[in-house]
Amino acid sequence: MVCLIYDCGVLIFFRSRSITAVVLVSLAVAAAGARQGSAPRAALPFTVITPDARRPLAAMLVGDQVMVSLDDLAAMFQLTVKEDALAGGLTITCKGKTVILTPGQALASASGRLVSLPVPPARDGRRWLVPVEFVSRALSVVCDARLDVRKNSRMVLVGDVRVPRIVVRQDVLGPQTRVTIAVNPRTPYTISQEPSRVVVHFDADALDVSLPTFAPQGLLQSIRVTDPNPTITIDVGPRFGSFRSSLVPQDDGGGQVLVDLMPAAAEPAPPPPPPRGGPPQLPVPAPPEIPPAVFQPAAGGLRTIVIDPGHGGDEAGAKGAAGAQEKDITLSLARRLKAALEARLGVRVLLTRDGDQAVSLDDRAALANNNKADLFVSLHANASVRKEASGVQIYYLAADQVADDARKSAGRQTLATIGGGSRDVEMIPWEMAQLRYVSEAGSLAGAIEEQFRGRIRLNPHPVQQAPIRVLIGANMPAVLIEVGFLTNPDEEQLLVSDAYQNLVTQAILDGLIRYRELSDQPKPRQGDAPAPSPDPAGRRQ
Amino acid sequence: MTRGRAIAWTVVVLALASAIAAAFVVLPRWYAESGEPSAGPEPPAAPTTPKIKARLFYLSEDGLLLVAVEREVPFGEGTLLQARRIVEAQLERPAAPLVTAIPEGTQLRAIYIDANGEAFVDLSREATSAHPGGALDEILTVYSIVNAVTTNLPAVRAVQILVDGHEVDTLAGHVDLRRPLPRGASWIQEPPQSDLLPQK
Repeated sequence: MVCLIYDCGVLIFFRSRSITAVVLVSLAVAAAGARQGSAPRAALPFTVITPDARRPLAAMLVGDQVMVSLDDLAAMFQLTVKEDALAGGLTITCKGKTVILTPGQALASASGRLVSLPVPPARDGRRWLVPVEFVSRALSVVCDARLDVRKNSRMVLVGDVRVPRIVVRQDVLGPQTRVTIAVNPRTPYTISQEPSRVVVHFDADALDVSLPTFAPQGLLQSIRVTDPNPTITIDVGPRFGSFRSSLVPQDDGGGQVLVDLMPAAAEPAPPPPPPRGGPPQLPVPAPPEIPPAVFQPAAGGLRTIVIDPGHGGDEAGAKGAAGAQEKDITLSLARRLKAALEARLGVRVLLTRDGDQAVSLDDRAALANNNKADLFVSLHANASVRKEASGVQIYYLAADQVADDARKSAGRQTLATIGGGSRDVEMIPWEMAQLRYVSEAGSLAGAIEEQFRGRIRLNPHPVQQAPIRVLIGANMPAVLIEVGFLTNPDEEQLLVSDAYQNLVTQAILDGLIRYRELSDQPKPRQGDAPAPSPDPAGRRQ
Repeated sequence: MTRGRAIAWTVVVLALASAIAAAFVVLPRWYAESGEPSAGPEPPAAPTTPKIKARLFYLSEDGLLLVAVEREVPFGEGTLLQARRIVEAQLERPAAPLVTAIPEGTQLRAIYIDANGEAFVDLSREATSAHPGGALDEILTVYSIVNAVTTNLPAVRAVQILVDGHEVDTLAGHVDLRRPLPRGASWIQEPPQSDLLPQK
């Protein structure tokens, strides 16, 4: 026993030697820093952006390090801060996990993990200041949340917020001026012309913009960022006549929105007048001179798509004779599809699982409902006792296979309204929300089938209706795609191959694009800002 | 001597007891069984058992749909007993060319029919534990049973499958079993027939 403890002591001693060295060095650095000029000066505040709110977070400069107050962080992230007067340590607790900070040390122990900080915490009167990096490096670990600090744009991003980085550049190209807006990651946008300005609105929670100063000239006066409704406004000058815009996708997942400002004079300026003309207030769609399907800004109301990799965890689903498991194939496909949809359509894509875990059927539809998804696509691999069975099948809900009594409770009811009178209300039990979207789901299944045809082997009964459990609660058009039969030895081989999975991904992607085109058909594409397309308006609750 | 006699008496008493047991317990059971064979229709049970013709459902050759096959099923007095006989016959493993979509080992635990004409078919746990998975196979398992009951018994308009005495979400993650399902004609290969029911 004694020997063991002794050994451990030695081990700890040796292990901690390097840490001790780091601590000593950082102490020295800290001491130097403290001597330099410890009085904190006010600095530009940060904005803490959560999916549903934004709040200011005061910042201070100590030397040239940006610091924030631990009290402010505690109030904002519901932390418990305890100061151990004797040991001189600070214990910060979030969701039951703790960060330990030691004054004078540019290190923190977050849930037992050592993270480095640019400077040690500093005392300012009664309060403690910590470097802003503390939020992303230590707090994110213990609070178990994505906390992203963008120091230059003074932002702290909390959770799943969409804040693309944007760099704006201006070039004079002969008679016209080109404004290049580089966006990363690619984000849906709309562009419209208003009196004396061109407005580019991004479908994001905020913008992280790097904007150089421009000298005003005849075509371009200034470029501004308005934030609550993330927009880049290009103020145009007296010489401005019209503009063209297009999108150039970049390999790194970003895109460049090119806005060409053209003079009004009788120059051969606006070569493509057909898309515009008419009243200048209308949003102008980007002319499809670059690949057309790419990055149509939120067109037709397709903003969020939920992909549901079937099965997972203990529930492996169907199994092939050679050992392939349905749950693995569906996850691999879902990841490919997510990447393709994000890159090609610029839509938000959520997976119901991104690992090998069991997710209940209700939770899968609930994820889509809670995120107000526009489409729900469940991915599965099929099985049959007959080994010959093969080919892709696409399922959507069979409303007539749902029991009569449940359907009776659906239908129209007359309800009294506030202030007298009554109105007819469509009543659909929430757990059967899909009943409203059966015909749209049928179009979606048809569009996907159309894109599979000729490329991938389809089952003789390619589109089927059945009382599929995972679809019935989805409050948006929903389909389930069986991408092949694992019980068919040839198809099992295909299903695990990259080549086949890529083919299937491409076919589904094209199917969704086709569905979007079909849903957009009643309206000519007039930009897309408040597009009151038939489905999303009624659906979103 | 007395000891030998005691043994003899014991033997006599035991013999009498087993004779009585045979007369009152075993024999009546044997008679009852032979009078009402509870197993399938195929084995040559008592030749006097009345039979009806019923349509049972098996996998089509390509495995993509169900085919209706007319088979003899023991007669059952009343809808409930007849439903039981039909489901029992549907759960049996069919002879060679036919293939069933129902997982091997699945037994009927109980069956109920309520006043609304909804039947509740309680299957043993093999219905889920031995299911190979896959939406199509699951759909065909479910509709083998739903269609067997609703096709042959017009008094039953929908069937809910229970497993091991409980309501279940699905058998293998696909088909919603939380409510009774009406007949699924679209899963039957031949045009749906309505001219059946030889027992009526």
